[in-house]
Amino acid sequence: MPKRTDIHSILLIGSGPIVIGQASEFDYSGTQACKVLREEGYRVVLVNSNPATIMTDPEIADATYIEPITPESVESVIEREHPDALLPTMGGQTALNVAVALAEGGMLDRHGVQLIGANLGAIKRAEDRKLFQEALEGAGVKTPRGRFVRSVEEGVEAAEQIGFPAIIRPSFTLGGSGGGTAYNMEEFREAVRHGLDTSPVHMVLIEESLVGWKEFELEVMRDGKDNVVIVCSIENLDPMGIHTGDSITVAPAQTLTDREYQRMRDAAKRIIRAIGVETGGSNIQFAVHPSTGRMLAIEMNPRVSRSSALASKATGFPIAKIAAKLAVGYTLDEIPNDITKETPASFEPAIDYVVVKVPRWDFEKFKGVGDTLGVQMKSVGEAMAFGRTFKEALQKALRSLEIGRFGLGGDGKDLVDVASLSDEQKGEWRRKLRAQLHTARPDRIFALWSAIQLGVPTDDLCEITGIDPWFLFNLKEIVDFGGELQSGDAGRELRGVCAADASAGTVREESAAKTLARAKALGFSDRQMSHLLRLPERQIRSARRRLGIVPAFKTVDTCAAEFEAYTPYYYSSYDEEGESIPSTRKKVIILGGGPNRIGQGIEFDYCCVQGVFALRKLGYETIMINCNPETVSTDYDTTDKLYFEPLTLEDVLSICELERPDGLIVSFGGQTPLRIARALEDDGWPILGTSPEGIDLAEDRARFGELLDRLRITRPEYGTATSIDEAVAVAERIGYPVLVRPSYVLGGRAMEIVYQTDALRTYMQLAAGVSPDHPVLVDRFLEDAFEYDVDAVSDSHDVLIGGIMEHIEEAGIHSGDSAMVLPPYMVSNEHLEEMIDSTKRLALAIGVKGLLNIQFAMKDDVVYVLEVNPRASRTVPFVSKAAGIPLVSIATRVMTGHRLRDMGVLSFDFRKIPHVAVKESVFPFAKFPSVSMFLGPEMRSTGEVMGIDSEFGAAVAKAEMSAGTALPLGGTILVTVNDRDKNEKILEIIRGYVRLGFSVMATEGTSRFLCASDVENRRVMKVGEGRPNIADHVRSGAIQLVINTPLGEESRYDEFAIGHAAVEHNVPFITTLSAAATAVKAIERMKSGPLGVRSLQEYNRNGREER
Amino acid sequence: MNRPAARLALENGTFFTGLSIGAEGEAAGEVVFNTGMTGYQEVLTDPSYAGQIVTMTYPLIGNTGINDEDVESQRPWLAGFVMHEYSSFPSNWRSRRTLDDYLKEHDIVAISGIDTRKLTRIIRTTGAMRGIVSTVEFDDARLLDRARAIPGMAGSDFAKVVTCREPFHWKAGVEGSVPPLPAMKGAAARHRVAVVDYGVKWNILRRLAAYGNELTVFPAFTPAEEVLASRPEGIILSNGPGDPAAVSYGIEAVRRFLDSGLPLFGICLGHQLMALALGGGTYKLKFGHRGINHPVKNLLTGAVEVTTQNHGFAVEWSSMDERSIELTHVNLNDGTVEGFRHRELPAFSVQYHPEASAGPHDSDYLFAQFSAIMEKP
Repeated sequence: MPKRTDIHSILLIGSGPIVIGQASEFDYSGTQACKVLREEGYRVVLVNSNPATIMTDPEIADATYIEPITPESVESVIEREHPDALLPTMGGQTALNVAVALAEGGMLDRHGVQLIGANLGAIKRAEDRKLFQEALEGAGVKTPRGRFVRSVEEGVEAAEQIGFPAIIRPSFTLGGSGGGTAYNMEEFREAVRHGLDTSPVHMVLIEESLVGWKEFELEVMRDGKDNVVIVCSIENLDPMGIHTGDSITVAPAQTLTDREYQRMRDAAKRIIRAIGVETGGSNIQFAVHPSTGRMLAIEMNPRVSRSSALASKATGFPIAKIAAKLAVGYTLDEIPNDITKETPASFEPAIDYVVVKVPRWDFEKFKGVGDTLGVQMKSVGEAMAFGRTFKEALQKALRSLEIGRFGLGGDGKDLVDVASLSDEQKGEWRRKLRAQLHTARPDRIFALWSAIQLGVPTDDLCEITGIDPWFLFNLKEIVDFGGELQSGDAGRELRGVCAADASAGTVREESAAKTLARAKALGFSDRQMSHLLRLPERQIRSARRRLGIVPAFKTVDTCAAEFEAYTPYYYSSYDEEGESIPSTRKKVIILGGGPNRIGQGIEFDYCCVQGVFALRKLGYETIMINCNPETVSTDYDTTDKLYFEPLTLEDVLSICELERPDGLIVSFGGQTPLRIARALEDDGWPILGTSPEGIDLAEDRARFGELLDRLRITRPEYGTATSIDEAVAVAERIGYPVLVRPSYVLGGRAMEIVYQTDALRTYMQLAAGVSPDHPVLVDRFLEDAFEYDVDAVSDSHDVLIGGIMEHIEEAGIHSGDSAMVLPPYMVSNEHLEEMIDSTKRLALAIGVKGLLNIQFAMKDDVVYVLEVNPRASRTVPFVSKAAGIPLVSIATRVMTGHRLRDMGVLSFDFRKIPHVAVKESVFPFAKFPSVSMFLGPEMRSTGEVMGIDSEFGAAVAKAEMSAGTALPLGGTILVTVNDRDKNEKILEIIRGYVRLGFSVMATEGTSRFLCASDVENRRVMKVGEGRPNIADHVRSGAIQLVINTPLGEESRYDEFAIGHAAVEHNVPFITTLSAAATAVKAIERMKSGPLGVRSLQEYNRNGREER
Repeated sequence: MNRPAARLALENGTFFTGLSIGAEGEAAGEVVFNTGMTGYQEVLTDPSYAGQIVTMTYPLIGNTGINDEDVESQRPWLAGFVMHEYSSFPSNWRSRRTLDDYLKEHDIVAISGIDTRKLTRIIRTTGAMRGIVSTVEFDDARLLDRARAIPGMAGSDFAKVVTCREPFHWKAGVEGSVPPLPAMKGAAARHRVAVVDYGVKWNILRRLAAYGNELTVFPAFTPAEEVLASRPEGIILSNGPGDPAAVSYGIEAVRRFLDSGLPLFGICLGHQLMALALGGGTYKLKFGHRGINHPVKNLLTGAVEVTTQNHGFAVEWSSMDERSIELTHVNLNDGTVEGFRHRELPAFSVQYHPEASAGPHDSDYLFAQFSAIMEKP
């Protein structure tokens, strides 16, 4: 079937902010879909509230709406753009949910918009467990025993039939949120109650537990002529009971025979038909009993997903791109396979390597959250690696995680140094590990190294962990070889050869080379070898190169080499034949950001990809190195060459030695590439842009302090302490409050604001391992200061200020968590000028060539510099879109030798932007109900949204809406603030709410304070004071908004209770006065009439006219 | 475990060194590759691989061991087996023994630990070549001589080697603990079907039986009269190894079968024999089709089937008489002939393997179709 000509324009919905369970994979999918649909001649209208995405770049769609993804706002877009069709399958659950609301609300019919890619029935059958079970039953596919319940009582009945352990799955929630496993009735009641609360339809599924079953996934595609192909099979190393997003997964499946695999394939075909996905991709999960082979279908997603992104990267088969083409009418056999060019997409990829994905967690950022893994996803990112064996791929994936590990073990970071233990201690450790391994935790895979090393049999480990013995056997092969290197004859011989400086050309050397080659084929990194052989890493490296043990780069080609591949998509393996042939073109390597984590996410991928686009325009060959399967940067379409590899020094150097690039860009990918910048330069590879020396200068406190003194730029007073007493002395010298943080971050203890000596002593005691090598940094904390972020580009002659953002929250809240507004609206031009001037002088003094981010604080009319980062910052995409200036592209041109003054950009003035953009952060509090919701100096947000409009109130309203905060238009607000906040400012804010018609409830102290100033309010009880208390009021729906500033230790219980209740019932929970003040403005604007929508292209056009 | 060394030589002078798996000794044959990621046990026991050294492009082989159920014949027929990594620890609830033990038991020489992707790329660019795997001879010149001494696949009749010696009735085979594909509806009638065994895969028999047929399997060289004397209601021309043009007795028999007007269904070698019997020609492909992911378009319905393939020769469409023969299936990767039917006679054939095993079940409808043809008065 040729493509449809009855539709001309298509509305695509993105997935909104990055949250746990919905990350950059939807930017990858959505960007592919936009590109494909435009290539096919359709006009593409995009709605996505996330400014950090590539897809919302104004070049990607015809009309880009950075607007809330709510039915109302999307309908406004439909009214303006009149699309013929809506493609809801590219934006995760968010897009599907909004599409369902639009369809059911009659909005799509009213505007004549048809759903393509998935119809309403299919979406509902896949999402609603009950309809899902019925559909599968009809198709003859078995599902777990289970029952839907709408109350705790009904649940108890179901549990009596099904037995324990039982799984509780709330209907219609993201990433399985609100779900859990219960082992007894008490746990069960609590879990059902929580599940019912979380489910928007107030329904949960009680299901037989499949804990310990093997888990598989199939990525399925179907076209309009009912052709079905399986793109990829995935086997979870972790058994059922652990969310697939939190499992180590392997592609293709490893432990199924063909007969079993084909049975699964048959079931998948029946399922996609029964659910009624007419065109597009779906992910279907199966459980298989390890000893009987009983197979059950668990779940299906009728859309692209995290797994489909993974499968696309793992096979080279671009699921989202093909799904978009199928949605407009093509059939699989009409779509060519990009990679082979000559063969069609109607086949099933054959791969000749193994792919391993490992999740990345950030529990240390969320104090109070248990790090046990279960049916609810908790990971914030993932790394993926290729190898010719499972062992090689696994070790590569583990060293890609950016958690300081360089493989499965033997890298100096093992749980225990087994060699140093007495027999008795070994016994103790065995007992300890056996107990510990029962529970899945982020470090379980590493603990398995130690357990195997200690001689715990793999059979026992299989029983304890539920991990298939095949995987455990492979782990054992790695561990055993590690032991051989550490203390075996082969290791001794290899050590001798590595320690010798020059080649002796002996037989011994030949045999050592074999050992080394074997180690590399098992995925051992040079760093692991260095620890196991007790030699410096560089010695391993030079011996390895001398012996000719270097990686071969093989092609990802969808067809196991059966056909010639045209797509330069490579991975390394210690095998014989390399296939990557370096060109003679001028070329630049861009280092990506690695796995997403808190503080380093999609923003940096945006920068890397924009950098690539700019370099391509400048005529360079572009080469990307990255290991994050979710991203646009690891789409083989993005760069001229893609190396899907870990970002460790060793792996990057191997590529440099083959490609011999003219330059490397290390400043777009966040911290990951910067970590190795200096070493790359020392090895002789040219770093483009600001030199590693300049980057170090900005990070070195002493040298940076000197520079500021010389430039007469003020910074808060600071000191460094290597002991408790020293810290107290520094704090007394510079004055409380102080901001303290370790000079290095070692899992957990990070930044804190301390108001007095006792607290400082406590902090120092807990900051274990403080020593002269690892001092604690103490800075004067500027309380109630305003903060600003500047993003600029310098070519070391001129400086372009992209924008200065004003933080909405006062100082003390991590800039990544703070809401921000551009242009600033409460600062004098004089102070802005001062910041601009300081930025320019600092940029030139440091010798910045490229991007630069500076954080300023202002208190009592004094402007302080807090931090200078001569690299891409998290706010670059926001500024670029809000201000309509392509900062990365400009920076890339600068880095390749162009001058700002030749680009005609120096006249740009962000103060003349005729609209207002607000960035708001999004937090995983709903996923982690036990963490404090008060913001602080430690970043915890997973993502961001942008609200853009012609005035501040509307921009804030949109930003809040996009962040999922439903600001009320009336009702009751609850106010409970600490003594420092009982001031004129709060009175003014509360009067604002009252003026808008809100009534006020307050806790005792706050209530008295408000009464004293004649603000009418009703006193309510705190949690300990009786019932109904504040939390009860939130639960009963009597409160529409909470203003609660941190009260300190004694009220923590109350705060958790209110916060928890607010999150559960989706009541806005505001924790700072400034945010409370902005919310008034937003509500005021919302009450005055509907918010309009406008495309980014229109904003930019107006901006240019204005200038 | 330390395994002895093994060496693989290709006739073009390429050598690989790896480790021995299975039996020690030497095996020569045509070196080919199979891209299936599952199904090595089926590949091992598929008689169509007789005379060949099969390279698995999927790098991990042995993961699921060997079970008693997933066999396509009584024993392995291939000459040698090549893989990247041998997994000595199988894990699967049906596994009964390791691949290594199985290969030893059946005296099959195999090699692991080589760059199978490099080997595959060589075969892809140069074409299928003769080669030799040895665990005893490491002198390259001698290995090369021996590899070059064996006859090429063109002109070789391997069907006579792998076919059964006596006719037999197929008793419902071991279906095992993984439920088989249910037969499509509307095929309940029992028909007597004669299967001419040129190297038949048992799953062809299992599928025919699943559709309710009674099967008699005849050796490849059985005279047509003898087959027809069993009064079959339909005849299956099975798959098999080697060059179809060399199976002259088969071509002759198929002509008689066509003349009989009985429903006739050719698979793989059987398809090629039917083409030759109808006056067409076959040719050797550069490196053949071996895998379980080949897209085939059914020209009658427009549907695409993902198919199992294992053939080194193909039917030359230009040699066929389009007045009497209709092209029904075509390979979407390279446009080669995948199936045809006779415009008047109840005869049809496909180049690929509708019985799958290993591979997808997309083409099972052909067995239903065959049963339906036999239904007709």
